[in-house]
Amino acid sequence: MSGEIDINLNVNGRNHAVRVEPRRTLVDTLREQCGLTGTNAGCEHGVCGACTVLLDGEPVRACLMFAVQAQGRRLRTIEGLAEGDKLHPLQQAFIDHHGLQCGFCTPGFLMLAAGVLERRPDINDDDLREVLSSNLCRCTGYKNILKAVRAAADQMRGAKT
Amino acid sequence: MNAPATRQKFIGRSVTRLEDLPLVQGRGRYAASISFPHQLHMRVVRSAHAHGKIVSIDTAAALAMPGCFAVWTAADVAAIPPIEFRPTHIKGLEPYRQYVLARERVRYVGEPVAVVFAEDAYQAEDAADQVVVEIAELPVILDAEQLPGEFEPGRDTEPTVIRKKFGDVEGAFREAQSVVELDLIIGRHSGVPMETRGAIARHDATRDVLELHGATKRPHPNRDLLAKMLGRSPSSVHLYECHIGGGFGVRGEIYPEDVLVCAAALRFGRPVKFIEDRRENLMACNHSRQQRHHIRAAIDADGRILALDDEFFHDQGAYIRTHGASVADGTATMLAGPYNVPAYRVVAHYRLTNKTPAATYRSPGRFESTFVIERVLDAIAAKAGIDRVEARRRNLLTTRQMPYTRPLDLHGSAMMIDSGDYALLFDKTLERFGWAQLQRDLAQRRAAGELVGAGVAFFLEKSGLGPVEGVRIIVDTGGTVEVVTGAASVGQGVETVIAQICADTLGVDYRRVRVTHGRTDRIDYGTGAHAARVTVMTGSATHIAALKVRAKALEIAASDMMEAEIDALDIVDGRVVRKDSPDSPSVSLAQIAAALTAASAVAKGREPGLSADGVFHCEHEAYPYGAHVAVVKVDAETGGVKIERYLASYDIGVAVNPMLVEGQIVGSMVQGLGGALFEEFVYDESGTPLAVTFADYLLPTALDVPPVDVLLTQDAPSPLNPLGIKGGGESGITAVGAVIASAIDDAIGRAGAVTQLPVTPQRLHAILKRRQQSPQ
Amino acid sequence: MKPGQFTYHAPRSADEAVAMLAALSPQEGRVIAGGQSLVPAMALRLAMPAHLVDISGVAELARLAVEGDELVIGAAVTHSRFETSAVAGPLGRLLAGVARHIGHYPIRTRGTFCGSIANADPASEWCVVAACLGATMVARSARGTRRVAAADFFQGMLATALASDELLIEVRLPRLAAAARWGFYEFSRRPGDFAVAMALATYQLADGVIAAPRIAVGGVEDRPRRIAAAEAAIVGASPSAALLQAAADAAARAVAPIDEKAETVNYKRDVTRAAVRRALAAAAIAEDQRA
Repeated sequence: MSGEIDINLNVNGRNHAVRVEPRRTLVDTLREQCGLTGTNAGCEHGVCGACTVLLDGEPVRACLMFAVQAQGRRLRTIEGLAEGDKLHPLQQAFIDHHGLQCGFCTPGFLMLAAGVLERRPDINDDDLREVLSSNLCRCTGYKNILKAVRAAADQMRGAKT
Repeated sequence: MNAPATRQKFIGRSVTRLEDLPLVQGRGRYAASISFPHQLHMRVVRSAHAHGKIVSIDTAAALAMPGCFAVWTAADVAAIPPIEFRPTHIKGLEPYRQYVLARERVRYVGEPVAVVFAEDAYQAEDAADQVVVEIAELPVILDAEQLPGEFEPGRDTEPTVIRKKFGDVEGAFREAQSVVELDLIIGRHSGVPMETRGAIARHDATRDVLELHGATKRPHPNRDLLAKMLGRSPSSVHLYECHIGGGFGVRGEIYPEDVLVCAAALRFGRPVKFIEDRRENLMACNHSRQQRHHIRAAIDADGRILALDDEFFHDQGAYIRTHGASVADGTATMLAGPYNVPAYRVVAHYRLTNKTPAATYRSPGRFESTFVIERVLDAIAAKAGIDRVEARRRNLLTTRQMPYTRPLDLHGSAMMIDSGDYALLFDKTLERFGWAQLQRDLAQRRAAGELVGAGVAFFLEKSGLGPVEGVRIIVDTGGTVEVVTGAASVGQGVETVIAQICADTLGVDYRRVRVTHGRTDRIDYGTGAHAARVTVMTGSATHIAALKVRAKALEIAASDMMEAEIDALDIVDGRVVRKDSPDSPSVSLAQIAAALTAASAVAKGREPGLSADGVFHCEHEAYPYGAHVAVVKVDAETGGVKIERYLASYDIGVAVNPMLVEGQIVGSMVQGLGGALFEEFVYDESGTPLAVTFADYLLPTALDVPPVDVLLTQDAPSPLNPLGIKGGGESGITAVGAVIASAIDDAIGRAGAVTQLPVTPQRLHAILKRRQQSPQ
Repeated sequence: MKPGQFTYHAPRSADEAVAMLAALSPQEGRVIAGGQSLVPAMALRLAMPAHLVDISGVAELARLAVEGDELVIGAAVTHSRFETSAVAGPLGRLLAGVARHIGHYPIRTRGTFCGSIANADPASEWCVVAACLGATMVARSARGTRRVAAADFFQGMLATALASDELLIEVRLPRLAAAARWGFYEFSRRPGDFAVAMALATYQLADGVIAAPRIAVGGVEDRPRRIAAAEAAIVGASPSAALLQAAADAAARAVAPIDEKAETVNYKRDVTRAAVRRALAAAAIAEDQRA
């Protein structure tokens, strides 16, 4: 199977039947085969986190997986974060708190934060900072990213109770 | 002309950004997302040797690979001249320019020697791996201080020596009470945006237009340069900016790959796409910063500077790129910073080495010179037996001296500092940080055995590089205001800030303003986004154009639509209203625009369209300034440094959007922290770069960043532009290396201990070891 | 940075995986589990396997269970499974304490414990744990199953006792006594980076004196190992600052850092000293007393 093979990817609740070489990374497949270019590739060796997506709800680096490995799993990307026109609280908080400048790392940070907050809505500041240290940003100095995620976390928690 | 009577509603307010919505939705259009049907992917074959003669390049195996369309070497692009640098008064740099593909010799690891074109990026990389390049190695130069070697027969590796001088330097040193002397090193690091470079070219034969997508920073000058290199008329080349994942000085210059995709698109008649990978980015995109300074300062008994005498070595890397020698020149010019320096001599050896070529990175020349001069100020304090704060107070320029002309040439005119109250900002900074109380707390903690200390640094920035910028403002018949500018956007919030200025001047909501930038097909001129110039230059031009549109709208409304005197009218929220009865019937800008279509009766005898051009000229730059204060704690055993507190203060003249300025300050401060503690392009003795992944080139993470407090003041508006603005793009990075060095010195109780950036744990550990072995 | 071509194999069972490996290992075939080290190497084309046998979907290999006195960690168990205590008692807490130092969260959701062991990076946290606690590595191939002690397993930089057709099917960690104390310290340039040096220490206190000490160091030599001289320095004595320092000094003397440059060797020695002392100091604080 070193030639192209047919696979099915479930992304944001939609099935994508695509034909890929096994070596094609998940991030390249999402971008080129599925047309979901919101996930950016920043380093392609698993350090920067720009390509973070959710795999069965857990944040993973899409450059460190081959698309063939994602068959039968549920993928969620930045395009699936908002509900229609209604922004996810994290997206709104990034706007409100100036949590982005060039925006290239933003989808990765949003998916990382979404994955964590859904599992740990009560996460404390130190743990949050540690989790967010997974991804790199070159513009903001992180201050406003932390502020935005904190604000969204508080809002999401408030909305639940 | 009717003066705007509307209340200021947007300038000075921290409104949210117009840019953000698509970016948080994953709808960003970065270069990798730009694709055209039938495109080819270009992959660069790069030299694996730092210096050598090209013996042969065998492309046969590559051409046989699946999907491979073509392979080029220098012979295929023989007609393309080397890449030019910007106009400069420094002579003799031309022979050191880089060809788009290496000819005869390679001079750094990563230099393009061939390019492969294939149907797919994966196939392009497969084929590139099959290109066999045989190199006969030559000796490498990796230290700019070492004697110059041979660039090519008859030409050595020191293209120029830059000299700056004023005052009686020799006399000052003769009469000095004492002299401080330092040997200081700034490491090699760079902008490293999160998005790597990307360039997609296509030729549209229907219009005979060559398009380059993924351009930024300087679309118009780059259009002209590409046209010249490819032998085309400038009007048949257009550059298009898409979303840009960070610029920082390195993105948007013309690199070999930009020229190659254009040449290939023309030759093949197919679109050609190049997306740099991260490994390439770290060895092909401009490096910056690396310098070594030997500086002396003559001082009087009170610690006042009598003269500075600096000789430094600038490590340019293998070729001269688009900036020429401007970083070395700028360093030599800005060294005296915000201080009184009666006599001054700088000798800058601008030298080539077998490393990736260097150019500008955010605060070019100033990060370097500020580290040097602030180390000198700390040394002066130690020598004169005065406090570090006091040493600065005694030497800072005063308000009485403003505007202050320093007899140095800068871009062809004398350096004139437009305005500033340095003592005031310094006082505010120390007050906000609680400097006095802090000294007592630190003394206690040190007594308890902790290695904690505080550092202080002052800096002078510059911004608003002229000489000219223009915009065109068009109100469409739906009432949307479009500002078309030749400026570029690298993520800093240009659209929002320009919209705010336009909105206030014209009298509309900033959300009704659309800013079009980075496209050469929409406006004929523009200088771009660099040197913290957009808000100053484009903002001023926007103000001028908006005043014209406003005047035109009021004139039409008064004469043709509302039967009123112009002075009785105002524009509020996009509608022309009567000042005395705002609720009476009004006319919208949309209606006025509709009335001004070419065919309408109102337009008769007038220039059609509700639109205007605005041009702003400014020969001098505006000089913002700031101070940084930091507390660090040193781990003596590991050499680790923890930054406990940090304050970055900055006087910006007028802040159009304080939230965005603070974003620039905090973001650039953290970049500076990279250069101070983490980031370094290290080479082994053969010239092989060792930092070519993000596991080796260390960017600061959220855990490495202290809580950064920002003090933004507006005490010294610039007299040089109508809004009093100074730039903020480089606002937080300039003094980081300097203040961290100062704080570490204080923490380990040894003035002048830190002489090299970045202060890696191993370097700091070595400093601490030396102290153990030879206590001072 | 696109990986080279390979053929992909997704076995359904451990037996199938082992059979595939038997067939494919002579043809540059290798195992991929989490891929968090392998895929970057492939992206850089430092690794160009012709076949990948993906064991991440083999359910039986995701087993994490206690068997007698051992914690058995299957080949597909990810780092993140240890972030909350995987087993009752000090071992679970030790593993949780160490796990947070491994890369970053999105790496830990994919990367596997056994993958780290098989990769044998000298700066791998799990390799230090395995060396310190005396793990047993269970290797299976079509030729049979064998057990290898940690001390024999790690053979150098990225080198192990595994043959190319062997799958590291599980790692067995001895459980720590309920009263066991442990401490871990790692120094790296940035949190989540490869360690400059790290140390793991465990011991028990019997009548106020140290018994059964185990001290291992990683990131310094070409493989992690226990430092007998440091253990000897503390066994039978009651903990004190001076004692911990003596053990740290002994460790610093005992290690042979791999770097070529003398200044780096000396630096690594000094960081080793700090890491051992700090790990021991952490161990000296009973778990219920820790902040």
